[in-house]
Amino acid sequence: MKKLLVHMRGYWRESILGPLFKLLEAVFELFVPLVVAAVIDRGIRGGDRRYVLLMCLVLVALGVVGLLSSVTAQYFAAKAAAGFAKKVKSILFGHVQSLSFSEIDTLGTSTIITRLTNDMNQIQNGVNLFLRLVMRSPFVVFGAMVMAFTIDARAAVIFVVVIPILSVVVFSVMLTCIPLYKKIQGRLDKVLGLIKENLSGVRVIRAFRMEANETGEFDRRNEALTRMQKRAGRFSALMNPATFIVINIAIICLIRSGALRVDAGALSQGQVVALYNLMSQILVELIKMATLIITMTKAVACGNRVQDVLELRSSQIWPDVSPEEAIGDLAVEFRGVSLRYQNAGGNALSGIDFAAKKGQTIGVIGGTGSGKSSLVHMIPRFYDAYGGEVLVNGVNVKDYPQKELRAKVGIVPQKAVLFGGTLRENMRWGDPNATDEEIYEALTTAQAKEVADAKGGLDFVIGQGGKNLSGGQRQRFTIARALVKKPEILILDDSSSALDFATDAALRRAVKAMGGRTTVFVVSQRASSVQYADRIIVLDDGEIAGIGTAEELLQTCEVYKEIHESQFKKEGAASDAGQKKAEKN
Amino acid sequence: MQGKKRLKKTEKTTLKKVLRLVARYRAWIVLSCVFAVCTVLASLYVPVLVGRVIDLIFGAGQVDFEGLTRVLLAIGIVVAVSAVFQWFMSAVNNRITFQVVRDMRKAAFHKLEILPLKYIDSHPHGDIINRVISDVDQFADGLLMGFTQLFSGIVTIAATLVFMLAVNWHIALVVVFLTPLSLFVARFIAKKTYGLFMEQAETRGEQSAMINETVANLKVVQAFSHEAQSMKRFDEINDRLEVCSRRAAFFSSLPNPTTRFVNSVIYAAVCFVGAFTAIAMPGTLSVGQLTALLSYVIQYTKPFNEISSVITELQNALACAARIFELIEEQPQPEDAADAATLGDIKGNVRLEHVAFSYVPERKLITDLSLTVKPGQRIAIVGPTGCGKTTVINLLMRFYDVDGGRILVEGTDIRDAMRRDVRGAYGMVLQETWLKTGTVRDNITLGKPGATQEEVILAAKASHAHSFIMRLPKGYDTPVSDEGGSLSQGQKQLLCIARVMLCLPPMLILDEATSSIDTRTELKIQSAFSRLMQGRTSFIVAHRLSTIREADVILVMRDGSIIEQGNHDELLRQNGFYAKLYNSQFAV
Repeated sequence: MKKLLVHMRGYWRESILGPLFKLLEAVFELFVPLVVAAVIDRGIRGGDRRYVLLMCLVLVALGVVGLLSSVTAQYFAAKAAAGFAKKVKSILFGHVQSLSFSEIDTLGTSTIITRLTNDMNQIQNGVNLFLRLVMRSPFVVFGAMVMAFTIDARAAVIFVVVIPILSVVVFSVMLTCIPLYKKIQGRLDKVLGLIKENLSGVRVIRAFRMEANETGEFDRRNEALTRMQKRAGRFSALMNPATFIVINIAIICLIRSGALRVDAGALSQGQVVALYNLMSQILVELIKMATLIITMTKAVACGNRVQDVLELRSSQIWPDVSPEEAIGDLAVEFRGVSLRYQNAGGNALSGIDFAAKKGQTIGVIGGTGSGKSSLVHMIPRFYDAYGGEVLVNGVNVKDYPQKELRAKVGIVPQKAVLFGGTLRENMRWGDPNATDEEIYEALTTAQAKEVADAKGGLDFVIGQGGKNLSGGQRQRFTIARALVKKPEILILDDSSSALDFATDAALRRAVKAMGGRTTVFVVSQRASSVQYADRIIVLDDGEIAGIGTAEELLQTCEVYKEIHESQFKKEGAASDAGQKKAEKN
Repeated sequence: MQGKKRLKKTEKTTLKKVLRLVARYRAWIVLSCVFAVCTVLASLYVPVLVGRVIDLIFGAGQVDFEGLTRVLLAIGIVVAVSAVFQWFMSAVNNRITFQVVRDMRKAAFHKLEILPLKYIDSHPHGDIINRVISDVDQFADGLLMGFTQLFSGIVTIAATLVFMLAVNWHIALVVVFLTPLSLFVARFIAKKTYGLFMEQAETRGEQSAMINETVANLKVVQAFSHEAQSMKRFDEINDRLEVCSRRAAFFSSLPNPTTRFVNSVIYAAVCFVGAFTAIAMPGTLSVGQLTALLSYVIQYTKPFNEISSVITELQNALACAARIFELIEEQPQPEDAADAATLGDIKGNVRLEHVAFSYVPERKLITDLSLTVKPGQRIAIVGPTGCGKTTVINLLMRFYDVDGGRILVEGTDIRDAMRRDVRGAYGMVLQETWLKTGTVRDNITLGKPGATQEEVILAAKASHAHSFIMRLPKGYDTPVSDEGGSLSQGQKQLLCIARVMLCLPPMLILDEATSSIDTRTELKIQSAFSRLMQGRTSFIVAHRLSTIREADVILVMRDGSIIEQGNHDELLRQNGFYAKLYNSQFAV
């Protein structure tokens, strides 16, 4: 949290003036009992009407000044808190965007989102409340005590005793309640989990006729939650009566000792009233202070979480100067590459050696977890090699500036993600200056033109996360988005899984027809999707099990054969026929 | 109260429903009210007693110590009584609130289990969860606040008024006329700030949505070097948010100091009138009484200041309650008829007669589907993605009812049979595997809760799941859940198969996976599937050609309707959509 406070820079004035004005308000409030005492002792006793009028006007004046200082204080507090939050949020967002894939994986996107939204709101509230109350509450509590001393030292001793007792009561009730609230949260999560499960698994639950079991389980968890809520409620309800008793016992003592002092002539009646009023002021502020401390502990915890993210350094360093590209026909080359993910025990990839020529189509196939995606992710340097090197156009990817490398590589991710905005805006992610014609060209190649036309063209507004599109439609658009980029290297990372066979085939044809110097990587589980690649890389458990054309691999590579047969089992005749047909094409 | 008159009609009906729910605890409510009255009266009596004590200590040598001790003792007793009752009251209020809320959650969840799937499929799950969790919680807060503050607030106002009138009616009138002032001020500010709050909430929502979208897909953002544009958009929203959140925070903090100011004016006025009365008519108002009055001013104005926030809170609570009632009162699926047939011995005869169905009336899906399935036959359902293959599953399982025609199992219309019998007749393995939070064993025994360990292991072995289960850290007792977890997609599917293997219903509904399962596991799944299908009527949503070729009947679907029907060779001969689909896999 401490390091975050650096960003208060620029708001020092507000953060000092805010509490100061709040302090002023408190001072004026503390004068009220003294004025009332004066009204009683000099006004009423002395029958001085002018004096009473004057003092009452003073009371109103104290109110006005108090109002003005309080409003000023709140303005400064709000300004400082909002400005601070804005600054930190902007820095955090920028920082998060600069993190490399490794850090994003380790952190997890959901925590990053919570830190940017929820945590930041808590921090803003915390700062705001802090600036407003940090001076006021302790000041009123101790101020009341000091004021009591100015009236009568002996009576003031009672204040000295009561304040710590009250603090103990208030804080012990609060501190007992916090773990109870945590338990409530835990039980609530259990209730929530069951509801979630019953929604996502509604078909299975009903198919297995589990409804009665589930309601029984729900009733149990619901009851457990209610029990805990009642228990916490009983505890927290202790606060008011307990403090009420303590403060009134103090008042009894105060009056009792006050009476002795008045009897002795050391104290006036009005002064006793003043002491009584001062005592009443303490309670409210003490409770406020306790809430402030709880809010602050929460805010500080949030602040630390935000700071943790800010302190995370990206593990990748990117040069600023473009490298000299080698002249040759190799687009991508892997030299003894291995990859190890952060916090992982073993290598995800090891001993990867291959080269892809410009314009070639490379298929990558293998089972789940065999490292297909990891392999292609190393080309745009999403992850750094643990050993060996990855070269693009003969240059180590680590020597390219980030923008330059990423501009060369167009990737269609496994998960088809689109962003809120028009279809045109989404397509221009690939190239901010793309014309409508270029976009339509890409859409046609991606078999997405039909969908785009049906949706009403490029001005069609895609909802957040592309929710108003089906999986297949999203996938076609994401392919088009990568094509708009006109990349040197195109990576289709299992991008046709949501497409039916016919569309998949049409896409493959169109990509091939694109021709030119574009090197295409096709990652797939389907043997049919990579069958006609110039070269197929077969991965098994992070290692290359074979490289070659489909026919070569069928002869030499056991893993490939197994995949092929599992998908074309007993299809010998049809498959042969299909292949002949393909050759004709 | 003033605000209540303005309650809208829907709020009124919701309020009635809430009261009906609360009425179950009417004995507790009466108790709470009694406690509230006792607490308030006792705590209000304290200043009177303090005032009396003050009058007993008039000056040097003029202190009535005997009376003092008596009154101080009285104060002690009254305070103790008030405190005890206050605690009782809070405990009772807590009890009522949390029990009402528990009843609501219960009703909502029980409804969830009997709602038609149509409702669950067509409503965002997040929204349903929100109703049962957040809305219920907010409602609880409002209800609790209503109980504790509204009622005791009213009692406090009434009682202080009576006390003040009894002590000195001039001053009481001053207070009565001036107090509404703070209410007006607070209302005025609240009205002005409402718009600011809405603006802040909207902008905040906009920013969260943007953060969500960008951060969740950070890898895409980086892959397309879109960071600078994202940052620009973020800063633009962030700047707007700063302005409106600063304004909202500032203006929303205004009611407090302003009402405090109004109160201090009232305080001064009471002080003024009181002091003048004391001077002009000695004997009518003692110093102690003035002190009591002054502390009443604070007590009296406090509930007034709080009332506007209580009312907004209550309105909010009612809005939440309305959303919960909407769910609770949703039309459930029709109950099984009292004379519903039991399906008895199922051999596997299924007949679809002129079945018509659509999710929404405007978009016809299945118009006229007839099909006779004999025991042991395999029916493959094929077609491009999103063509509605799962619709057939929905109808067979009676997740949805047909619009026209009928589906017969062993000659009985499934709408005339018990739902449990229909669903029990099928073993279902969906492509989207779903695991219950619990152990591996819990998941396998889902369909047969009392199964022995031997049975479970046998089923797991038959579905090739045993070996990987044994490799899990705690074997069959390893905890698993639907979200995340260490199981691969394929392993999850094997568990789901073991689940069906254990109870072995007479008919099957299988949904083949399209992708994301590695070949070796896939082979295992295939072999488990074929073991399951032996001699059983099976409906398979098929993707692999081998399954399709071996099917007795292939239903070819496109855009939600069945366009071709027949076996592999027949369909190829027809040279229609199926033939095109079939050939496309091998053409480049």
